[in-house]
Amino acid sequence: MRIALLLLPLMGLVSAACDESHVQVHWSHFTQEPGAQTQPEESRIEVPPPPFTEGVFPCTDCHDPEIPTNTKRRPMKTAHTEFTLKHDEEHRWCLDCHDTKDRDKLHLASGEVIEFTESYRLCGQCHGDKYRDWRAGVHGRRSGQWNGHKTYLLCVHCHNSHAPAFQPLKPEPVPVRPTERKP
Amino acid sequence: MTRSCNGPTTAGVPAGACTGCAGSQPPVHAAQPLPSRREFLCVAAGCAAAATTAGCTDLTHTGWFRERFRDLGADEKAGILADLAKEHSERFHKPVTVGAEPPLPGVEFGYALDISRCIGCRRCVYACVEENNQSRDPQVHWIRVLEMEKDKGIDFAHANAYYDAEKVPRPGHFYLPVQCQQCQNPPCVKSCPVGATWQEPDGIIVVDYDWCIGCRCCMSACPYGARHFNFAEPEIPAEQMNPKTHYLGNRPRMKGVVEKCTFCIQRVRNGRYPACVEVCPVGARKFGNLRDPNSEIRYILEHKRVFVLKTELNTRPRFFYFYGV
Ligand code: HEC
Ligand code: HEC
Ligand code: HEC
Ligand code: HEC
Repeated sequence: MRIALLLLPLMGLVSAACDESHVQVHWSHFTQEPGAQTQPEESRIEVPPPPFTEGVFPCTDCHDPEIPTNTKRRPMKTAHTEFTLKHDEEHRWCLDCHDTKDRDKLHLASGEVIEFTESYRLCGQCHGDKYRDWRAGVHGRRSGQWNGHKTYLLCVHCHNSHAPAFQPLKPEPVPVRPTERKP
Repeated sequence: MTRSCNGPTTAGVPAGACTGCAGSQPPVHAAQPLPSRREFLCVAAGCAAAATTAGCTDLTHTGWFRERFRDLGADEKAGILADLAKEHSERFHKPVTVGAEPPLPGVEFGYALDISRCIGCRRCVYACVEENNQSRDPQVHWIRVLEMEKDKGIDFAHANAYYDAEKVPRPGHFYLPVQCQQCQNPPCVKSCPVGATWQEPDGIIVVDYDWCIGCRCCMSACPYGARHFNFAEPEIPAEQMNPKTHYLGNRPRMKGVVEKCTFCIQRVRNGRYPACVEVCPVGARKFGNLRDPNSEIRYILEHKRVFVLKTELNTRPRFFYFYGV
């Protein structure tokens, strides 16, 4: 009988299948009380440190700004061989994103130079819809206070900028089945 | 005593399956006085015994014969919390706090889960266990991640909670995590014969574990399988026990009581996000104040394709699912 009882909830799910076509959700009655506090618009977006490989930053340790850059499109041979560009690579080259003169910075199509802590602006140039959702807290992830200060993960915390498809993960352990439980 | 639920049970021994109390019983309205646990016990057991004991007990704070926690005065509450904190600190060999943070004014919590992102990695399941002090053995999980086939769509009949894989997502599948839906019209609350579970003003459905009699009516009333019973003494390794607790949330439970997700009441009433939101590696879990037009939860309701589970039951969940793409 114990097993039967434990299975009850699951059977509940089975017997009343979800009617997905029924997407009408009534939420308009969630009204704000006069004078209630609302979430402040954030002036500055706080992010955790960019996920650089240890030792690679500052890039200017090797990329001396005094030495002219080889701007030719070419396979990397003496450094950065651990990745190949798989991000619209037919149309893209390193220096579309990385600044030619100051290697510790990125640049936008407009020429504006930005910090790595603002790389979302770079991504946002081509992925406007995702960027909008990210700023609204819907794409990507925030942590901190739901009613106050938040930290945003950068796009590159989840997407490798050079091969951005999200990588599959190993799942956490399978739950114990009710029937496997010790008596 | 008109309620049709099977009688109370002691320490986790079921008195029988409580079938259909949700359906067969008229809804209990908030205004209608609930029987006190003492009355309930007395009627159910027909008992001179309970009455006698009650008559001569010196009432301890956590004793059986005090009032429901929510009906107590501030002093009595403080006493109970202090006693519990002491008891748990001794048991787990570290300073444990038991708070009772009240609902925040103007706040009604809502949750939204992006099923176009979820990859079924179960990080949320175990983050929840750690945050909320669920029993490790026997295993209690407040979140169940169901794997479904893309071809079949949302189909609970063929859902699998026990999928195993080297890597997720598995091709051709999508994932639907299910936990307490914090219904605006909660069948579990109506089914409780002793008023041990209720809806707070911020929408969180809570359980007073000291008041729960373990009859499990709420479990059969819940259409989402979101309530869980401690059929044995819960076991939490002392070093893994989360010492920041709330009376109505993650404080350690005892054998014979029902427990459930509270949106991490101990975190959210202090402004923090629930643990599952912060751990999700794909950012599929969203949380906020439904009454705040600037919140991310309202953005989702206004801009995304949103649905809830089992609309036909009119439970009106505050837990929404959406397509973020
Ligand atoms: C789409 C824009 C873009 C393109 C194209 C691009 N990068 Fe990057 N790259 C970035 C961003 C953004 C980061 C920062 C990631 C971070 O914050 O950790 C980065 C990081 C790096 C790093 C540091 C990696 C590490 O291990 O931490 C190196 C090295 C690098 N890029 C080299 C290159 C080279 C070489 C190319 C051309 C083959 C290239 N990048 C093309 C955007 C780009
Ligand atoms: C250990 C030294 C070293 C560091 C540190 C280093 N680079 Fe490089 N990088 C090189 C070398 C050498 C090349 C030329 C490789 C070749 O042509 O085969 C290069 C080439 C590049 C190129 C291709 C364009 C060019 O200038 O030739 C980009 C873009 C680049 N690096 C970005 C970065 C970024 C961004 C960082 C910091 C996150 C970084 N590098 C850090 C050594 C380094
Ligand atoms: C100059 C335009 C441009 C910029 C800047 C850019 N992308 Fe892309 N991105 C593209 C294009 C075009 C595609 C589709 C082609 C492809 O997948 O290679 C794409 C594809 C993607 C994808 C989908 C990959 C997949 O296989 O599903 C992701 C994720 C992504 N980009 C993330 C980023 C991030 C993060 C940044 C910032 C570091 C960024 N992009 C910057 C143009 C851009
Ligand atoms: C918390 C992790 C996370 C962050 C942060 C994040 N993304 Fe994503 N993104 C995802 C996941 C997961 C997917 C789905 C990938 C899949 O289906 O393979 C995705 C998908 C995408 C896609 C592919 C289109 C789609 O809808 O599947 C693009 C483009 C993209 N993200 C861009 C961005 C940009 C731009 C940012 C920053 C402004 C960003 N992402 C931040 C996790 C993240």
